[in-house]
Amino acid sequence: MANIIISQATEGGLTFYMPKKDLEVPVKSLEFNQPHKWGGALTLADGQRYYIDPLDTMPSLPKSLRAKRMD
Amino acid sequence: MAKLNKEEAQALIQEVLEVYPEKAKKDRAKHLAVNDTAEAKTCVTSNRKSLPGVMTIRGCAYAGSKGVVWGPIKDMIHISHGPVGCGQYSRAGRRNYYVGTTGVDSFGTMNFTSDFQEKDIVFGGDKKLSKLITEIEQLFPLNRGISVQSECPIGLIGDDIEAVSKASSKEIGKPVIPVRCEGFRGVSQSLGHHIANDAIRDHVFDREGGSEGIEPGQYDVAILGDYNIGGDAWSSRILLEEMGLRVVAQWSGDGTLAEMEQTPKVKLNLLHCYRSMNYISRHMEEKYGIPWVEYNFFGPTKIAESLRKIASYFDDSIKEGAEKVIAKYQAMCDEIIAKYRPRLEGKKVMLYVGGLRPRHVIGAYEDLGMEVVGTGYEFGHNDDYDRTRNDVGNATLIYDDVTGFEFEEFVKRVKPDLVGSGVKEKYIFQKMGVPFRQMHSWDYSGPYHGYDGFAIFAKDMDMTLNNPCWSKLTPPWKQRPEAEQKAVA
Ligand code: SF4
Repeated sequence: MANIIISQATEGGLTFYMPKKDLEVPVKSLEFNQPHKWGGALTLADGQRYYIDPLDTMPSLPKSLRAKRMD
Repeated sequence: MAKLNKEEAQALIQEVLEVYPEKAKKDRAKHLAVNDTAEAKTCVTSNRKSLPGVMTIRGCAYAGSKGVVWGPIKDMIHISHGPVGCGQYSRAGRRNYYVGTTGVDSFGTMNFTSDFQEKDIVFGGDKKLSKLITEIEQLFPLNRGISVQSECPIGLIGDDIEAVSKASSKEIGKPVIPVRCEGFRGVSQSLGHHIANDAIRDHVFDREGGSEGIEPGQYDVAILGDYNIGGDAWSSRILLEEMGLRVVAQWSGDGTLAEMEQTPKVKLNLLHCYRSMNYISRHMEEKYGIPWVEYNFFGPTKIAESLRKIASYFDDSIKEGAEKVIAKYQAMCDEIIAKYRPRLEGKKVMLYVGGLRPRHVIGAYEDLGMEVVGTGYEFGHNDDYDRTRNDVGNATLIYDDVTGFEFEEFVKRVKPDLVGSGVKEKYIFQKMGVPFRQMHSWDYSGPYHGYDGFAIFAKDMDMTLNNPCWSKLTPPWKQRPEAEQKAVA
């Protein structure tokens, strides 16, 4: 588990930021992106996959979250 | 010398690495690369521990916190808690200018230290710290607060500076902020920036009894990550004010505690040094919903780009203001470029600096027709290198945490016309006959930010590069006979 921040990218879409690794990558896909379910598996532009526990509401971004590596 | 192509640069790296033992070679190879804009990511490894035995140019976490982030907050007293040397040998060396009466209401260039002796290491220094704070309050009653910047021994002997700070804060009725920035933490000054940012988050923003501040306005902005080296923040600030924005805080060059407290109410955070203040910007974005934007005030091209980018966050009056500012200074810039570009055109520069300049100043050099053929960060992270990739051309050498040896070898082979780095490198290169500018302290010049700064920048580069002294480095008895004959004829 690691602390991450998901924020709105200026060119649209989401950005994934992991302070510990200085990783700042666009998010390619997010499993759940609905008003009542948000989160799940994340695929980053560089191919890494992370998992965040789904939330029941869409958070206001940027948001600090905990993420787990998937592979 | 002509610029190296990609293969030559690659070969140069290999050649330089040859001298290292196997393990060191493998490690250092990851930090050196040749830029390739076609690739998706930079392949430089950064923010790793320096190799034992090599000469690194980095600083420590205490330097990052006391020297960089906290130090310039002028109306607070920053105690270098521990032995006297850390603070004394770095005192006033950074040239972050401020207005105020030193020793009365401003304390920027003074050194406050608890001056640890053997007995403090053995018995702990908490009592001394609390006495020191009481004394400071008596001697300098106009201070607005105190920060305790830990040096290495504090963490080693396990002093409880948080408890002392809390008690002392009650006693003097002002914030006393403990900062756990012991020098041994992390791999470079970079962690010190982070720790300092976190201390601001925990102790300045969330402080009870903080000042009310001024009425927030719709054009309020804060300058983050400008340390006012030689007056940099001032020459940036006037441009922002001219375009109609209200700058309510400067972090931290010429900054104050009240300005920091006002920042969570601004409309936009302007971030100059991404490395040292992105943490607090991200925090403010999340907690207070304040967007932040990176900008670059080196050289007219980047300034115009940045002013427009900043203006895009505001209404049309600001956008018009930005255009007006750009137009106003256009003539001045054209004149500077017309004067200096012919003297500097085509010259090659190698840089090796700290957190933002390895990429930010490139635009200013390009405005003068110069080319950056090598650049690197002392303590940059991945995200810095990602941002650099597009600013430099193909086949540019990139070196992270370069060692003294590597840097010298690179310069010997690439033969740049100018090297820009810090004071530790200055005299080595000057003795090698390479024109050199200090790019941390602006070589006792500055400011270099903004349009006014660009004029000074151009003049300084010309003064250094075209100085007649460089042709006088070979003594007459060592000059080659042909040259002598020519002189006679
Ligand atoms: S590493 Fe430790 S002893 Fe050295 S300057 Fe930094 S805080 Fe002081």
